[in-house]
Amino acid sequence: MQLHKILSIGVFGAALVAGSASAEVRDIRIGVDVPYEPMEYRTPDGELTGFDIDLGNALCAEIGIDCEWVVQGWDGIIPGLMARKYDAIMSSMTINEQRREQVLFSEPYITPPSAWFAPGDAEIGTPSEETLEGLTIGVQRGTLQDNYVTDLYGDVADVNRYATADDMVLDMDSGRLDAVFLDFPIGKSTLLDSDAGDYKVVGKKITEPKEYFGEGFGIAFRKRDEALAETFNEALAELKANGTYDEIHARYFGEE
Amino acid sequence: MEALTSRLEALLADNSIFTLQTLGYYGEGLVTTVQLVFLSLVIGLVMAVPLAIGRGSRHRWISLPIFLYCYVFRGTPLLVQLYLIYYGVVFVEGIQDTWLWVILEKPFVPALIAFTLNTAAYTTEIFRGAIKATARGEIEAARAYGMSHGLMLRRIVLPSAFRRALPAYGNEVIFMLHASAIASVVTIMDLTGAARFVYARFYAPFDAFLFVAAIYLCLTFAILYFFRWLERRLLAHLKPAGG
Repeated sequence: MQLHKILSIGVFGAALVAGSASAEVRDIRIGVDVPYEPMEYRTPDGELTGFDIDLGNALCAEIGIDCEWVVQGWDGIIPGLMARKYDAIMSSMTINEQRREQVLFSEPYITPPSAWFAPGDAEIGTPSEETLEGLTIGVQRGTLQDNYVTDLYGDVADVNRYATADDMVLDMDSGRLDAVFLDFPIGKSTLLDSDAGDYKVVGKKITEPKEYFGEGFGIAFRKRDEALAETFNEALAELKANGTYDEIHARYFGEE
Repeated sequence: MEALTSRLEALLADNSIFTLQTLGYYGEGLVTTVQLVFLSLVIGLVMAVPLAIGRGSRHRWISLPIFLYCYVFRGTPLLVQLYLIYYGVVFVEGIQDTWLWVILEKPFVPALIAFTLNTAAYTTEIFRGAIKATARGEIEAARAYGMSHGLMLRRIVLPSAFRRALPAYGNEVIFMLHASAIASVVTIMDLTGAARFVYARFYAPFDAFLFVAAIYLCLTFAILYFFRWLERRLLAHLKPAGG
């Protein structure tokens, strides 16, 4: 009797553990809106690829589950999650308060960085109040980069505000601007990768403080799937620790 | 001054848009706008007088280039002229190495050049019309007195032409003030530039632009009253007797 009781508790306990484990690590489907290069897009032969896709697949491999990608238009992407068409969204979704009322976010897995760009022969040290003093800086009017530069360096440097990035590049080419502060991918495509001239990144890419640069992109889950979100957070931390994250990051955004 | 600043600060305490900082932007914008408009009008006026006289010249090699200049600058939008001058100068090979670049590097001088050339073209046409409308008899009388062409221009034609041109020129001044609102497209922080900045910063288009519209309105009224005063003084002799 005694033995039987112990046994039954043991079996019940094992079942409980197994049950909770299977709830956490079941195979899932992930919603994504394509294309949004280089975060998610299709290769010429129709294969899904991009930073989100590669990182998502790496996360699933780390957890040990199979993940299936479901393509969904952006305006229906949160309703699709609620309707159980998929179990997570990984589609360059910026974490913010309005969305947080509907979904549960993972830790941010990337914050789109901004960076300083200057002519290749410019001798600007790490951007600071001293090194930028008296220089003319270009930003796009009303962007978060505008707010950042105005608040931090508006008193020491001349800030020129442009309606479009093209106007700014033109003034950079002509020598009117000493440096510009831009969304890194935009600066990379318009200044570094184009034949506009010889340009370089000055200092590190900038993603802090949060009040200017936002909280970054997160993976969205249904609010009740806390365990699933936690599993992804742990996997993300592991990928960051073992270098897989950096490898995927370099694949799409170049070396730091 | 300090007391005033702190009073102003207290007054603005629960206003998130109109802080001392943004009012500072508007203040700088006001100074820039007035500078830009005033300088371009003065230089344009000085240019327009000889151009208007030359425009009426019998020699085609004088009148034709002036006609073409007026035709081009009155026939194209000021915004296009501003773009061409601001972005166009950089395509002159090697300009960055000359002394010219010192003044053309900042947006103020290119904008001033565009505004000046534009207002000079319009003012030339206003003056030319006024000169042309000089009464035939006055010119004949001046000739009968044996006045030289220059003396006649100075004593008879120009003084009355200026008086006749005054109302139309007052309009041109107001148009110039309003046209200066495009200066912000080449990054000048004028009044409109300040408004666009505040708008983009606080997502408050109505507050930002209504405030700046009120400032433009005040400036326009100041110009209007100045010209009315000027007309009262200079055109007094044209009023009905006893009026």
